[in-house]
Order: sequence, then C-alpha cells, then structure tokens
Amino acid sequence: MSKKTTARSKTSASKHAAKPERGVVMNGAEILVACLEREGVDTIFAYPGGASMHMHQALTKSKKIRTILPRHEQGGVFAAEGYARATGRAGVCMATSGPGATNLVTGIADAFLDSIPLVAITGQVPQHMIGKGAFQETDVFGMTLPVVKHNYLVMDINDIPRIVKEAFYIAQTGRPGPVLIDIPKNIQQAKTQPVFPSEIHLRGYDPVRHADDLELNELIGLIESHKEPMIYCGGGIISGDASAELLEFVERTQIPVATTLMGIGAFPETHPLSLKWLGMHGTVYANNAVNEADLLLAIGVRFDDRVTGKIEKFAEHGTIVHIDIDNSEINKNKVVRLPILSDVKYALGRLNQLLEKAGRKRVKSNFTRFRPWFDKIEAWREKYPFSFKDTEDVIQPQYAIHLLHEMTKGEAIITTGVGQHQMWAGQHYDFTEPRTFLTSAGLGSMGFGYPAAIGAKIARPDKQVIDIDGDGSFLMNVQELATAHIEGIAAKVMILNNQYLGMVVQWEDRFYKSNRGHTFLGDPRDLSRIYPDYVKMCEGFGVPCERVVHKKDLRAAIQRMLDAKETYVLDIMVPYTEHVLRMIPSNATYKDVIIEGREELEARSGL
Amino acid sequence: MRHTISVLVENKFGVLTRIAGMFSGRGFNIDTLNVGPTLDPSTSRMTIVVRGDDTVLDQVVKQLNKLVDVIDIQDFREGEYVDRELVLLRVNVDSKTRAEVMQICDIFRAKIIDVQPKNVSIEVTGNESKIDKFLFLMRPFGIADLTRTGRVALARKE
Repeated sequence: MSKKTTARSKTSASKHAAKPERGVVMNGAEILVACLEREGVDTIFAYPGGASMHMHQALTKSKKIRTILPRHEQGGVFAAEGYARATGRAGVCMATSGPGATNLVTGIADAFLDSIPLVAITGQVPQHMIGKGAFQETDVFGMTLPVVKHNYLVMDINDIPRIVKEAFYIAQTGRPGPVLIDIPKNIQQAKTQPVFPSEIHLRGYDPVRHADDLELNELIGLIESHKEPMIYCGGGIISGDASAELLEFVERTQIPVATTLMGIGAFPETHPLSLKWLGMHGTVYANNAVNEADLLLAIGVRFDDRVTGKIEKFAEHGTIVHIDIDNSEINKNKVVRLPILSDVKYALGRLNQLLEKAGRKRVKSNFTRFRPWFDKIEAWREKYPFSFKDTEDVIQPQYAIHLLHEMTKGEAIITTGVGQHQMWAGQHYDFTEPRTFLTSAGLGSMGFGYPAAIGAKIARPDKQVIDIDGDGSFLMNVQELATAHIEGIAAKVMILNNQYLGMVVQWEDRFYKSNRGHTFLGDPRDLSRIYPDYVKMCEGFGVPCERVVHKKDLRAAIQRMLDAKETYVLDIMVPYTEHVLRMIPSNATYKDVIIEGREELEARSGL
Repeated sequence: MRHTISVLVENKFGVLTRIAGMFSGRGFNIDTLNVGPTLDPSTSRMTIVVRGDDTVLDQVVKQLNKLVDVIDIQDFREGEYVDRELVLLRVNVDSKTRAEVMQICDIFRAKIIDVQPKNVSIEVTGNESKIDKFLFLMRPFGIADLTRTGRVALARKE
C-alpha cells in the first residue's frame, strides 16, 4: 500500500532532469510571489492585514499577478472558488492571521466538499509569538485540518518554494481540493537566496490511477448482459476533464445519463439521452431510471445523501459499477459490485477504444439499442416534466429563469446562492458545457453566488456571467458589489426576491405546519415595503440596479442587464409561496417523491 | 472487532494531529495509539489499535492513505505479526503480601523496578492476554497507579 510521487514540472519535460534554479536574494514574501508566478497564477483575491501586508507589498511589485481586493475574506475565497470552478485551475486567495484566516474557513470547507482546487495563503503571527495568544493569532493550521486536502505551516524560509510547488500540485491533481499555507510574518520578512525546485518528491502522495483492461472489459460485459442500464455521473467528470470521453462513451453504448448537481454540464442536457439531474430536487425520470435500472454506472460520484435518499434503498435492484479516482469513496456509502479505481478521463477513453474494437460504433441519433427501456423512460419524462403554473402578471421564479435561458441561448455561466433559486436554476436552465453551472453543492454555503460570479467573470471575460441568487443568499456577501464595481468586473446578478428564506419556508410548509421560524427577511412593521431596498443600496455602491415587479416588464429588463457592460443588479420580485418540486424528502426513497404544489397541499391539509 | 494497523508517516509537524483528527472527525474509535521514531529519522511509525468491523477498517485504511503525510500502511492480520505492550504499575504491598507479589512477578517475568515500604513499582511486557492476566492478579493487592504504552507491533518476515 505504499504511495509515491515524483512529478516533474512543466518546464522540465525534456529528457534531462531539470536542475533546481537558484534565485537572487529576496525576502520571504517576494519568494512567495515569485513562486505563485511560476505556478502561472494570474489573479489572487487578497485582503490585507498586519500579518499579511508584507506579502501585499510584494504583490504590488508583481507584473504578472492581478490582486483583487474583496470586501470580505469570505468574498475573496468564494471568488477564488468561482475562478477555479470556471477554469479547473487552482483559485488563489490570501488573508491575514486571526479573523482574516477564520473568515476563509467557510470557503475552504466549501472547496473541500466540492473537490475544488484552491490554494489559500494566510499570514501568521511571528514564530516567537505563536502559542502566546498574540494579537490576531489563531491556529489556522489546526483549525482547517478537517477541511483541507493538505496544509502547511511554514517554519523555514527556505521551504517556501518547495511548499508552494507541492501545494499547487496537491490541489490540482487526483481528486482536487483546497490546500492552505500559513506563513509567519518573520518568515515573510526574512531574506534568503531561494532555490526553486524543478521536481516534487512526495512519497505519501500518488494521484495517478489507471483502470486495468480486465476491469473495463468486465464493465463492457455487464453492459452487454443488461437491458436497462443507466449512468449516474458527477463532478468527477468535470474535474477530470472527461466530458468529451463521456459523450463518446454514451453515444457508443446508448446508455442514458443522469448527472448530480455537481455534474451539471458534464453531459449536454439537450442531448436525447440526458435525463438532466437526479436527487432530492432532480427530475422524476432521472430518479426513477437510476433506481429501477438493472445496471448502474456511477462515474465520478460519491453517493451523497442528497442524491441517494435512504442509502440502503438506492438502486437496490441494480448491479452497480463505481468508477472514481478516490479510493476512499469506493464502498464508503454504498457497497458496489464492480469498483474501478481510476482517473475517469483515462477509464472512459480506454473504454471507448475497447468498444471500438468490439465493434460498438458511435451513433449520433436514433438511439434504439435499449428500446423497451427508453420507452419506459420517455413515458416518465412525459408524465413528470419540470413544470410550474405560470401566472398573468406575477413573475414566477421558474419563468424568470426560463426567460434568461432563452435570452442567453443557454450559453451563460450561471452561479447561484443556496436555496430554492439554486434548485430552480438547475432545473430550468439547460446546461450544455462543463464549468458553466457553478454552485455550492456539498457545503451549501449561502452567499456563494455573487463572489463566485466575480471570480468566474475574471477567468472567463468572454462569457456572460450571471449569478441567479435569492435575496437571502445575495445579502450575505452583498459587499462584493464594491469589489466588482471598483475592479470593473461585469458580473451580473438576477435576484429572485421573495423576501423570505424560501427553502426553509418550503420545509416549514411541508413539515412544520407553516409555522414561520425566523424565515421572513422583510420589514415586519411595514409589509408593503420591499426590504432591503436593493435599488437604493446599489446606488450607494455605484452599481446600476433595476427592480421588476410585473411580468410584462421582465423581458426588456433582462435585456438591459445582458446589454450592460458593467456590474449590474436585476431585482425580480417573485411570490414566496412557490415550492421547489419535485422533492424527495430527506432519507426517503424515489417512490416518496412529492409531486403536488403548495396549493394542492393546502387544499388537502386545510392550511 | 479489534485490528492492529501500523502506519508509517512523515516525521513532520502536525502529523499526529492529522491522524488523530481524521479518526475523531470520521467517528472511528482508537483503542490505543503509539508513536515513535524509526531507523529513518524522517519517518515515524504509529501502531494503532482500532475497533470496528471490516467495513470500518477498510475506510480507516483508505482515509489514512489519503493523508499526504502517510507513507505506508500495514493492516496486520492474525499470525502475521508480533506485538507487545509495556506497562508500568505501582502496587500496594505490606510485609505480608510483598513476597506473593514478587512471586507472581517472577512467573510473569515482570521486573520490580522500585521498592518502597508500602508499595512496589513493576515493569511488565507482553501481549494482551498476558498483560490482562497479570493486572487481574495484581488487582487484589491494590493497584495504586498504572501507565501503558499501548500496543506496538512488528510484521513477521522470513
């Protein structure tokens, strides 16, 4: 079970092993910045403070790195995540010790749960003050241990080049994740002649995993012997950059696909074999198909409870194959028949080669291989589409998303906060490309949407980047409007404003007899007033903002938002009474799915 | 069920916290944990006794493997390893019981390492059943204090 890694840097791909490079005398902060430049970092989201200002001084001298000043460290780390999710490259953020570092923790945990490559750098009090309860001292190394892939406390200035190189390597390889580097101030200030290593030696870390042909042939054999197969794939396809291989595999085997929320965009949702996404608020047809399939290919997924519901009952009659790069995910939540430990890009690519040899040609249309199975799925699809009751004047949140999808031709990068709007965005916008639906799925961090949009827009200035947000989530990091405005980042927001914490309200309606437990966000003394007033608030930020109340005005308003060349906020008033449907209550099975809306619920229970 | 696993780790700052934190964070139970240096000063060896069924052990090993500072893991199965524990204990004695305590120590090849008018300190090593039996026999005399190293294990190899 020993593990070993020797990775060579990109610059040393030649036959001769490159030698470590010695730099000129610099201080620790300058060495750090030089290392970041060597890793190809072009943007860092950094909020200064006493223990990190020395590094900011070094950043001011960098010609390669753009330093973005967020207005809260949490905004900075979410922006870095948005950058990483949009590109696949590690997002980089920095904060000072103590409160600066603790404010990063939510974002680090967020990146951990969604396997997002992130390098977080924190300043620390000088080494001789560590452990003395110094001003703005926290043990951020200890505090982040459970939510990082790896972390470092730098104890020697000469270690900086090695540590930074390892940090980026660990964050971006295998199953990606966050890495934290904590650097005491005296090390930032010390001087030395740095030695930049050309190779990485990590004897405890080997991210390379390739399936062997035996396993893959067994998988192909299983497909041949089954009649109702399904693919359930997730974020692993996106982080593994395996969308093209997946599409080819699907078109060779003709197996229908349901993604997870993290996997949205991994497979084009407009494809005839796409069943969109499964889970608590996924499509009925995806949940039915995955649960009733006789063969389930789980690829780059982790059998999360929001996907499986009651785990013992999940896909209980199907033969399950699980392909993942992380060995600890295999047989963790669900014991499977055929586990395949592999990089998904390799596994799918190799499967395609083997299928080619076996004479399974790729087809682009007329998918008829599993006819009776497809007929069953199509019947579910027709019976249970994502639908909603549209209204004459009132804007239904789902309608707004439909319209946005139509007007952006489904080509925008969408970020979200957490709640009803997040689910609706996933349901009513069709995604066709990976890295276009950026959402806090595992941790479910409200306030993620807008800073993530800033990061994504910086990474993809060519794309329309729109945060579909709730009024609750948006308010949690509203200060980032200042960041976007000052830095000239044209990240847009479409708030679906219902003055409530809609998802909690929905659960109150379903499970707590509609008793409101602090879920109203408006002004209880004046219910006619919309509170807070985002139009006025945006005026203070210098950001254009428009409020839309009537359906007839919506199209033109969205057009103005899309046309804007700058930061823009569209505040859309929607009713709070809508529920996200379909819904499988937690720890239930796909058969317990809730189909009826709030009106039917009220009629039935006499609320 | 109890398993003995031997974990070779980088001898680096915070490595014990990483391992201990992984166990507590994921709800695994540690019975004993022993850490010490190896022949190579850049590594340490931990011997961990965990409680749980095969599924738990499988997860423990996989999660340990995921830690960057973990170099190698050996999951010891019955008969493939030798293991010992060292216990220091202080037992109350008087002029009547001292001889009997010393006699039992002889049988168990335990060493008396300190003698006081009213107590003796004893060092005993052995596998789990021997240690348990010895402590069982000492209990009637009154064990005033005791400290144990936890299990250390080494693979058998030809």
